[in-house]
Amino acid sequence: MTEHELVVIGGGPAGLAAALAAWEQGVRDILILERDNQAGGILNQCIHNGFGLHRFREELTGPEYAGRFIDLLRNTDIQIRTDTMVLDLTRDRVLHTVSPQHGCEAIQAGAVVLAMGCRERTRGAISIPGARCSGIFTAGAAQRFLNMEGYMVGKRVVILGSGDIGLIMARRMTLEGAKVLACVELMPYSGGLTRNIVQCLNDFDIPLYLSHTVTDIRGKDRLEQVVVSRVDENRRPIPGTEMVFDCDTLMLSVGLLPENELSRQAGIEIDPRTNGPVVWENRETDLPGVFACGNVLHVHDLVDYVSAESEQAGIAAAAYLHGNRPEGGEIRLVNGNGVSYTVPQRLHRGAESLELFFRVRNVYRDAAIRVLDGEAQVARFRREHMAPGEMESIKLPKVLLDRVKGDTLTVEIEPVGGGVLRSEASPLGDAPNV
Amino acid sequence: MDFDVVIIGCGVVGADCAYELAKYDLRLCVLEASNDVANGTTKANSAIVHAGYDPLPGTKMARLNVRGTAMMGELCRKLDVLYRNNGSLVLSLSEQDDAVLHSLYEQGLANDVPGLELLDREQTLALEPKLSPAVRGALFAPSAGIVNPWELCLALAETAVRNGAELRLSAPVTAIERTAGGFCLSTPQGPVTARYVVNCAGTCSDRIAAMAGDRSFTIRPTRGEYYLLDKSEGTRVDRVIFQCPTPAGKGVLVTPTVHGNLLVGPNAVPAGPDDTANTPAGMDFVRASALRAVPGISFRDNVRNFAGVRANSDREDFILEESAAAPGFIHAAGIKSPGLSAAPAIGPEVLELLRQAGLSLKQKETYIDSRRRVRFHELSDEEKNALIREDPRWGRVICRCETVTEGEIVACLHGPIPPVSVNGVKRRVGAGMGRCQGGFCGPRVQEIIARELGIDPTQVLMDWEGTWILCGETKGGTAL
Repeated sequence: MTEHELVVIGGGPAGLAAALAAWEQGVRDILILERDNQAGGILNQCIHNGFGLHRFREELTGPEYAGRFIDLLRNTDIQIRTDTMVLDLTRDRVLHTVSPQHGCEAIQAGAVVLAMGCRERTRGAISIPGARCSGIFTAGAAQRFLNMEGYMVGKRVVILGSGDIGLIMARRMTLEGAKVLACVELMPYSGGLTRNIVQCLNDFDIPLYLSHTVTDIRGKDRLEQVVVSRVDENRRPIPGTEMVFDCDTLMLSVGLLPENELSRQAGIEIDPRTNGPVVWENRETDLPGVFACGNVLHVHDLVDYVSAESEQAGIAAAAYLHGNRPEGGEIRLVNGNGVSYTVPQRLHRGAESLELFFRVRNVYRDAAIRVLDGEAQVARFRREHMAPGEMESIKLPKVLLDRVKGDTLTVEIEPVGGGVLRSEASPLGDAPNV
Repeated sequence: MDFDVVIIGCGVVGADCAYELAKYDLRLCVLEASNDVANGTTKANSAIVHAGYDPLPGTKMARLNVRGTAMMGELCRKLDVLYRNNGSLVLSLSEQDDAVLHSLYEQGLANDVPGLELLDREQTLALEPKLSPAVRGALFAPSAGIVNPWELCLALAETAVRNGAELRLSAPVTAIERTAGGFCLSTPQGPVTARYVVNCAGTCSDRIAAMAGDRSFTIRPTRGEYYLLDKSEGTRVDRVIFQCPTPAGKGVLVTPTVHGNLLVGPNAVPAGPDDTANTPAGMDFVRASALRAVPGISFRDNVRNFAGVRANSDREDFILEESAAAPGFIHAAGIKSPGLSAAPAIGPEVLELLRQAGLSLKQKETYIDSRRRVRFHELSDEEKNALIREDPRWGRVICRCETVTEGEIVACLHGPIPPVSVNGVKRRVGAGMGRCQGGFCGPRVQEIIARELGIDPTQVLMDWEGTWILCGETKGGTAL
């Protein structure tokens, strides 16, 4: 068995940022394990620009964004091992790995950062009926074929789901000469960023059908047609509203799921709302010395936020290794009205400050975020607009946190002016057709 | 004559016939319409080895079911096919069901099903605590089990091929002509002549029979739809859970699979012979029915839906006979449920029919009756490292969800029956079977297939002919 102070599982944006932050805190024995043949994770296939606006005040492509971190890594002694799969993580932080270069190996880690990212929901996850023909791709798989391998997946395309990858692929396929006939979204609002709706659909005259879904897939061998129907407020298809599209490709952008098989194996507590580990404000899981960050923790809108969160996890892992462990009792964060999840889910009493990330369950115009200690309001933040597709955050300074008497803090949404625009709906992890 | 015997169809029935016949000194050929074996009913069914209490006593179905199930464990051990003898329960959920259980029990005794037991409510719930609290009792059948049906077919076909049988894929029979002393079969690859023909064409077996001038039966294809759930649901029950059968069929079952997933289905509706589409009504029915027996199933953890078409016919029993209209033409047709369970016994039955029809059989002096395939994730670290030292590709995990390495994929592409599609690889080594459904590994598997078979990536299919994946290069072209 080999030993390392810090082992980071995943060499995508989260793992790279966590490792670099730990290095800056003085940890000198860091190993990153990456299952692909190069570092950078999913950024490597995201060749469009728009990354890094927050962090670098520049519009970078995905590979360029990853490159900034990989360049920094080169000036450190952080080791990165590619083509390496972690098969198992034990509760005492032993990792079992396999790779072509090193074979099977057991590694004892002083601390572990989980940065495995997420995967796409598939046709099966939402049980789309219809034929079992070819021509149905998740948007990310299609993106890999186009951007990494250099192959086109079809000529006439319907996209189900208005998640960001689907929107980006609508534009990408159009630029490659394909006809994108429609983008179909089950919910009454888009799941993607507004800027992507504008730049990827509107600019190319691709229609967006809100409150619609795919109700049939036809084709003996390759896809020939998809049937799209309007749905009612309970997301059930309305008979008689069918539209038939002749197409050879159906692309699915119907949500992302954190990849927590290793975390579950290790018995780490998972939050069913995020599908990621339950974490403290320093991104430590309920298994001491194991931290989580990036899309394995909760699905982020922007990689800039992933980097920031992962630095927190890296700093905390370094502190853990240096023997500085947070003390103080537990304050639990509770999802109040209109809030679908929060990260973190737990807070140490006496914490320095808290930046709380969460998603709302509805589209709101002019609303307030309230933080309650029992019945008593601790803080209130006005927002002009909130939507499930855009992650919200608030900062609570120490002076406010120190006033908390109870053992829970509730975060809730209070409609003020325009109120709730849309019906109650959960944007993540829900299987609408089931 | 090119061959002594030609078998039409390489599903599990055709493959078992080939496996049995390859033990003899015969010129043997298997013609398969699809580009892979196991590509019809065999790949899309409940994957159950039934105990044998369902068929009416005295039928071929009853006899061959019980015999096939008894043979299954040893066959799967010899040929390295995933099989588990986990037993089955038929639940009673009402007073009428109690009576059905008793008659099934009696029928099972008449069919010589071993070990049947009627359990009361407490005994049933002690075995399977997650069943509905409404359960009143159950019929326990310890001989029932689960198997990987396409691997069974592949293993039988591979063994036949390794023992000298010729397998022609993408060779649909388009016409049959009686000739002096045999038959001439037309295929797109040219004519094939044989003294004897065995019709194992599944949902198309009535059309094949008609080509030989035999219109004595009609296939009535019946579609069944399924849910395949994530491994996180795979331990919800340990045994095969049936509800009481109705005239429509054995009803919706809930079972673990040999891969550790949970399988739920099927319904039963008339369909075309290759109509494997899922329908909202079918899926709703399956879900609602399953929840009556096992209320906690989390359909949010569904990995895949599929549908299979059973080769039901206008006869009550399996059609295992020499054609009256065409002597020397043997039917193994209308092999509906429990066809998979009966399959190991159908090959020997067909062998006997051929003998009765005048085929002389001389056993080969040497016959390879074993098969091994490396399942990387099942090996010890020492065994894994030995493989990786020999070829580092054994250490590169391609399918993350099922831990399938490049070594396994390359090995299957150079096996006795090499796959030509992404799903062909999936059926051989499991890559793409997991929760991401090939989202990550699909493009990589495609690349490996193209490399190993020396074809362009755009020629690699998802599955059968016509299921293309890529339509050409992007404007920038490929990286190479």
